[in-house]
Amino acid sequence: MSTAVTDVVVTETHVMPEEHYLNADHSLKSWLLTQDHKRIAILYMLTITFFFFVGGIMASLVRLELLTPAGDLLESDTYNKAFTMHGVMMIFFFLIPSVPATLGNFLIPMMIGAKDLAFPKINLLSWYIFVVGACFGLAAMITGGVDTGWTFYAPLSTTYSNTNVILTAVGILIAGFASIFTGLNFIVTIHKMRAPGQTWFRLPLFVWAHYAASIIMVLGTPVIAITLILVALERGFHIGIFDPRLGGDPILFQHMFWFYSHPAVYIMILPGMGVISEVVTTFSHKRIFGYKAIAFSSVAIAVFGFLVWAHHMFIAGISMYAALIFSLISFLVAIPSAIKVFNWSATLYKGSVRWNTPMLYAFGFIGLFTIGGLTGLFLAALGLDVHLTETYFIVAHFHYVMVGGMVLAYLCGIHHWWPKMTGRLYPELPAKLSALLVFVGFNLTFMPQFILGYLGMPRRYHSYPPEWQVLNVLSTAGASILAIGFLLPMLYLVWSLKYGQVAGPNPWESTGLEWETSSPPPSHNFHETPVVTSEPYNYGEKEGEV
Amino acid sequence: MMFSKYLPFFPDQASTIAWQVDALYLFLVAITIFFTGLVAAMVLTFSIKYRKEKNPIATQIEGSVPLEIMWSVIPLGIAMVIYVWAAILYFNMERAPKQAMEIYVVGKQWMWKVQHPSGPREINQLHIPVDQNVRLTMISQDVLHSFSIPEFRVKHEVLPGRYTQLWFNANKTGTYHLFCTQYCGTKHSGMIGEIIVMEPAMYQAWLSGGSGEGSLASNGEKLFTSLGCVTCHSGQSGARGPNLAGAFGNPVKLADGRTVVADENYVRESILNPQAKIVAGFGPIMPTFTGQINEESLIQLVAYVKSLQAEKQTTTGAVAGSTTNPNPEPKQGKPTK
Repeated sequence: MSTAVTDVVVTETHVMPEEHYLNADHSLKSWLLTQDHKRIAILYMLTITFFFFVGGIMASLVRLELLTPAGDLLESDTYNKAFTMHGVMMIFFFLIPSVPATLGNFLIPMMIGAKDLAFPKINLLSWYIFVVGACFGLAAMITGGVDTGWTFYAPLSTTYSNTNVILTAVGILIAGFASIFTGLNFIVTIHKMRAPGQTWFRLPLFVWAHYAASIIMVLGTPVIAITLILVALERGFHIGIFDPRLGGDPILFQHMFWFYSHPAVYIMILPGMGVISEVVTTFSHKRIFGYKAIAFSSVAIAVFGFLVWAHHMFIAGISMYAALIFSLISFLVAIPSAIKVFNWSATLYKGSVRWNTPMLYAFGFIGLFTIGGLTGLFLAALGLDVHLTETYFIVAHFHYVMVGGMVLAYLCGIHHWWPKMTGRLYPELPAKLSALLVFVGFNLTFMPQFILGYLGMPRRYHSYPPEWQVLNVLSTAGASILAIGFLLPMLYLVWSLKYGQVAGPNPWESTGLEWETSSPPPSHNFHETPVVTSEPYNYGEKEGEV
Repeated sequence: MMFSKYLPFFPDQASTIAWQVDALYLFLVAITIFFTGLVAAMVLTFSIKYRKEKNPIATQIEGSVPLEIMWSVIPLGIAMVIYVWAAILYFNMERAPKQAMEIYVVGKQWMWKVQHPSGPREINQLHIPVDQNVRLTMISQDVLHSFSIPEFRVKHEVLPGRYTQLWFNANKTGTYHLFCTQYCGTKHSGMIGEIIVMEPAMYQAWLSGGSGEGSLASNGEKLFTSLGCVTCHSGQSGARGPNLAGAFGNPVKLADGRTVVADENYVRESILNPQAKIVAGFGPIMPTFTGQINEESLIQLVAYVKSLQAEKQTTTGAVAGSTTNPNPEPKQGKPTK
């Protein structure tokens, strides 16, 4: 394609297109009743950004409390509510919808050359459902909170807690339907709406990743819905399901909860992996290394991901032989992730690498996700999990995958497609600074938590023995840097809406279909239906294997 | 292994299993550092060496099947090594040795209650002798708890409604942390205590310094009489309930044809929910004792049923602090000093 390479692709000659999806209609009604997937993506983005900051405030409270060994800033109950609401807000109202409902929503139709998703009305409905669910979650928080931990373990949640368990559960239940609808919409869209010539192996890997995640959303989410209904039934009507006093079994709850909630981490991480595949290729101007390996590893993660749930329960009194099987499959699910990491790294080999902000986030993702994945092996390893589970090691591992992985991928994608979504470029310098702050702050926050975990510091502790203070202070200091790293993009991205450089259709010289139309795109995405004639990431003639 | 008082990296190694867990941990840390370093080196080297300014035109490479195979198979091989290593360790941790001192633990919001077989009880403390296998039989009175001793590298959940077990062999005297690590409500982080590992002589002295409450089994025997259990489980031929002497630890044939082993959970269930598993040859006539006995009394009854075993098979009987052993074998543990 492009052979002449200049320093900066964007030139001043670009002007904003006269008509695009943002200025098609300015009325509030046109936003609230829109069926345009791009506008719905923006609605989702605003909503989940709000919940990200709510969850972030809760995290700040937790970290501030842990600055000192004594439980002196918050009451025990308040602290317990703070970490519970942090988990609930971040997982159910930010991470699960994060990339799929915003970037996925915006990009999947464009990447496959379609006008919209298969069911635009259901897409809008899913946002409304999400908002209703999130409002329940918010109402539960404002009217007193909930203190069971985001895992809602019975019988604490069903019998002993006297906080807003049912209200929160209803919120998550409702938001779950939004997830199901989104997943369903993606699956049908990817099957039926591809442009002429867009075969399965010409799909961008972002689409493959979302397809795999959608399967989990559709198959997994009903199980958490049923589980939460059973919790509500036991709590409200004393029907014995989980509480042994009523004839139930608390281990049953854990099986049901993790049957969804373990695959749910793949709902969260797979779309992020899709983002990384797009960004790594775009900013090295190179084909992806091992397209099929990456595509099939997404599917493998989605399938194997359903068969590992009991690795959360190795010390909960399950059979030793069951533990053997679940440990084995947990090790197997690590392999597709390793394949992806190696392929992304190899893609850079002999590339033409541009160090723009999205690429910095992608580098950060690859490094932190590698650590997150490898520390997962510690927890899949039976004899080691006994010591590490229920400690800060779990907290650190989970955050390495979910923040170091997923949140970085989200920020990566937001920066990468910001010019497409808004028509304007973000300012590069502050963006690079914030990427650096996020990376440094993140490691300083969570690296000490691995050590704390090995020392035995239990998670969800309001106070702790004084010998662990230094590590906790380091962690809180890191969290402060991380917070600044997250706040900065809010400022300069908003600034760029008015003052950012006009991007033009394809500021990164990417080959993706979404870059062939104007930025921001017209309401119907493409003026003519594109015809796909080549594989994705076609940055030039193939020169064979390594 | 303490690097410094303020920036520690390892907890004390105070049990026989601790170094084994640490060895596996260090192996995994090495693997993590190696692969993270490898990936970081690849990413940084390529992205600097082939940056746009140096390498304006990328070389388009499709991929490489040999490489894909290599970086699937090598990680898989390493993963399988870790898997087997960790699984063996887990089996050693989960399966208590036959010869072990038994101590009973009841968890409740938000304290640990401990009963020693010879009678002493303690709260949020556990005194044990050094160099001896100790098996905890644990149950919760309310929500889930988890009994964790980081210096021993052991941990197990404590469930309501059924006994779980945890064993260890402390090999270093001292005082160690006890944590509840399963979130259990308001004062979760207050559900902590101390494990005090003592020289055997000191332990014996500590035991004998306790109040004269009587051993667990003898308290269980009193309950056995006062609750009227003895009228049916009299042990005589023609009694309305099965003879309990010698029953513990052995298979029981049930009326529905199944065979179960009479372990702690079976005894507990048969007291609280007698209709669940009826012994072959007996009628479903026993009333439930749900709501009439608390967990601590249940433990005493279980201990009593166990002791019936000991009385039948050995003549020595349960001695304070000695190992109780359902299946006597030649002793191989250290003799109590």
